[in-house]
Amino acid sequence: MILQTLVLGAAHGHSIAYAIEHRSEDVLQVEHGSLYPALHRLENRGWISSFWGTSENNRRARYYRLTPAGKKQLAAQTSRWDEIVRAVNRILRPIET
Amino acid sequence: MNWFRFFRRSAWDDERARELEAHLAIEVDENVARGMTLRDARDAARRKLGNTTRIREEIYRMNTVGVLDTIWQDVRYAARLLRLNPVFAVVAIASLALGVGANTAIFQLLDAVRLRALPVSHPEQLVEIKIAGSGREGWFSGNHAILTNALWERIRDRQGAFSGVFAWSTPNFELSSGGESRRAQGLWVSGDFFRTLDVHPFIGRLLTTADDARGCPAPPVVISHGFWQREYGGSPSALGRSLTIDGHAYDIVGVMPAGFFGVEVGREIDVAVPLCAEPFSLGSRSALDRKDAWFLGAIGRLKPGWSLARASAHLDALSPAMIAETLPNYRPEEEKKYLSFRLTAVPAGQGVSNLRQEYEAPLWLLLATTVLVLLIACANLANLMLARAATREREIAVRLALGASRFRVMRQLLAESVLIAAAGAGIGAWLAQVLSRILVAALTTQNSRVFVDVTGDWRVFTFVALLASGACIVVGLVPAVRATATSPGAAMKAGSRGSTDTRQRQGLRRVLVVAQVALSLVLVVGALLFVRTFRNLMTLDAGFSRDHLFVASLDLRRAGMPEDRLRLANADLLERLRAAGVDGAAQVRNVPMGNSFSNREIVVDGVVRTENVNYNSISDHYFSTMRSALLAGRDFDRRDSAAAPRVAIVTQSFARVFFNGANPIGRTFQLDQPPGTPRPSFEIVGLARDSKYGDMRDPFEPLMYVPVAQDDLSPLSVRLLIRSYAGAASVLSSVTALARDIHPASVVSVRTMESQLTDGLLRERLMATLSGFFGLLAALIATIGLYGVVSYSVARRRNEIGIRMALGADRRQVVRMVMREAGMLLAVGLAVGAISALALARSAQSLLFGLPPHDPLTLITAATGLAAIAAVASYVPARRASQLEPTEALREE
Repeated sequence: MILQTLVLGAAHGHSIAYAIEHRSEDVLQVEHGSLYPALHRLENRGWISSFWGTSENNRRARYYRLTPAGKKQLAAQTSRWDEIVRAVNRILRPIET
Repeated sequence: MNWFRFFRRSAWDDERARELEAHLAIEVDENVARGMTLRDARDAARRKLGNTTRIREEIYRMNTVGVLDTIWQDVRYAARLLRLNPVFAVVAIASLALGVGANTAIFQLLDAVRLRALPVSHPEQLVEIKIAGSGREGWFSGNHAILTNALWERIRDRQGAFSGVFAWSTPNFELSSGGESRRAQGLWVSGDFFRTLDVHPFIGRLLTTADDARGCPAPPVVISHGFWQREYGGSPSALGRSLTIDGHAYDIVGVMPAGFFGVEVGREIDVAVPLCAEPFSLGSRSALDRKDAWFLGAIGRLKPGWSLARASAHLDALSPAMIAETLPNYRPEEEKKYLSFRLTAVPAGQGVSNLRQEYEAPLWLLLATTVLVLLIACANLANLMLARAATREREIAVRLALGASRFRVMRQLLAESVLIAAAGAGIGAWLAQVLSRILVAALTTQNSRVFVDVTGDWRVFTFVALLASGACIVVGLVPAVRATATSPGAAMKAGSRGSTDTRQRQGLRRVLVVAQVALSLVLVVGALLFVRTFRNLMTLDAGFSRDHLFVASLDLRRAGMPEDRLRLANADLLERLRAAGVDGAAQVRNVPMGNSFSNREIVVDGVVRTENVNYNSISDHYFSTMRSALLAGRDFDRRDSAAAPRVAIVTQSFARVFFNGANPIGRTFQLDQPPGTPRPSFEIVGLARDSKYGDMRDPFEPLMYVPVAQDDLSPLSVRLLIRSYAGAASVLSSVTALARDIHPASVVSVRTMESQLTDGLLRERLMATLSGFFGLLAALIATIGLYGVVSYSVARRRNEIGIRMALGADRRQVVRMVMREAGMLLAVGLAVGAISALALARSAQSLLFGLPPHDPLTLITAATGLAAIAAVASYVPARRASQLEPTEALREE
């Protein structure tokens, strides 16, 4: 999900957190605390990279952006997610006869 | 796990902190924008984010391997603790370093002398050819006189067990052609020496069988690497240069590889000469054709598939013919003995060694000593660590209560002792190198330069590592286990007193101190035994006065004069020397304790006696020079020329053994000879005091003196004894100048009799010095240990002491109470130590002189000395205890 939010461009941790919340219409409440370790893990795997920049209100913040490897990973993950959703749907929804 | 991030993890963590700060800042801004007050905005932001420290920790943990990080933490903490207690750290590391260093140095020496194989290829294939059977008679020279040349040549030509076989001898060569002596330690080697040992030259070539042909037209020599560096600066131009050895010129054709010393462990060599060149050095005294001249050792390399037993049997089978062919001109009993000799083979992979024979036992003893010292030092350290762990009890209790696992806390405590052990071992290893070099230098005397390769190798390294780990475990593990065994609750409740001062807890520390005292007593007793042995030997009556006495050796091989002229010239030299103002000068054949001895078998009243009679020839004025007055009869003088009837002066022991103590003046005896040779008859004209002859440790034996003029002594090598109150340098210059007047090409060397005697006692001196040093060290460490335990006990009992004083005990009673406790420990320790000392002293028996290993005086002196310093060590804290103010003591919790 973090990778998806970065598709539209670089963002800093705070905005990523809010983006996930808003996009899911507050269904998914991200605990901000677990966001940063997740970001670190993604960075370790080389799917995102980071740099220091200035935010909207002129504060220094750390920005993250997708790497090419990250883009590939996103495509793979999304298709995988779709697969899972389809599978679960097939089980949950009764077969139209 | 990214290694790059691992090494930069703290910087990374700082960045994370800043990032989280920034996150909070943005959130606060938004909250304010939503209408909250600044305070509420901040609180809400923090609540939303959660625990920043936990987030940082989680990220930090992703950057590191858990164990490595915690270990590093422990190490840093331990290092900081040590830095805060520098005295403790220095004492601990120093005592470990000394213990490890001393042990390693002695072990290295033992390894080089005893355990290590020769540095040649496949040393296990080397065997030495020896004679099975005792009672060889004749002329012996060199360090390893096993075979005669006659036997060697036959072995070389007829053996079938060895792919290569060689013989060697160990002469000392004279390199100087006039003036002051310059000696070199050399080898005579047969042609196959280097090939059999599979040694390759450093530069040039080595000797081959072609170089070792009888007659030796133009013999080459090879020099050792060390000699090459010293004399020729390591320059390749040394090859082809001429080297004068014993007056004869040789060509240098090669340099031996570095570190090669032949087959005699511990003897440094400078030059190797082919065996055929031996007559050039000895002239008419050449041993090559004398069937009773024993001066060679022989070693062979077994053929593939041959075992030691098979080779031995092979040699045994060849023996009868070879022995029969080489029978010298002996008396009947000697003949019978000789004909019973057989050749046999023994393993020689470790070479042969006089150094080993003399020093193996002392080195093992020294190793045992240093191990004990290390144990004492470790016990001390363990005690110290126990005390420190006790003071940290509260801290440990808190850690345990907060959830640290017992293992984790133990690991932290261990980190300190690991650090100390590592530092101690590291410094100790370096110290060992220094000590080894000092030891090897101490073993070198004027007569023999010692070479022992004490560079480290895997065996030594393993030894050091084992020592260090052992020390670490002993010192650190027990306190760590102890300290973490208390339940946190009990520790907190007990307050600052801690729960470790119950009787049982103090028990371990007391046991350690008792052990320390016991071990120290053993070492001090040992030290005293060796010191007294050395003193006994040094103050032994040698039969003559030793101070201001010089030994001068003249080498006249290049004088080029006929022998009878030389005899006259030597007598002239003595006269001139006396005229020059020395207090006494005399010529002697065998200098007492001077590494050359002769003996004879005599016939008294027609009976051939079996007792050994030492033999020496002297000029007139010998007894006055030695300050050993004649007891009866007269000294030799001009009457006793070569043509005059034979006379002798004998010592008290001679009279005692052969004449039952009666006055021997006027009696006669004969020298036993092989059948067919007439027995020379001697009339005894004087009775002298007993004198030590070959070794100070031997008792007085019968000794006969004959006049130099009537001896068959070669005038080529002259030994003079000179009593002079001038210094060695002036004696050397006088003798050299006078000698040059008479023989321009004479070579002179001078040394004091005292230095010759102490060289002979080198082993005892080393043992006394080293064991004395370690004994003192052990006593010191044990005393410190006792002091520490008593102080600690006093500190813990402040409360109790305060109560006692408040209830009316006076200062003296307090002191007595503390001393009694210390005294108990001391007494038990001394008792255990005394028993151990008596049991262990027997192993040192062969090295003692003049006192039995269970000598009571030594034991009592050692115990008293130790008790005295221990008493002082425990009096100090006792006095401190007695000076407590009762109210202060009571106020302490």
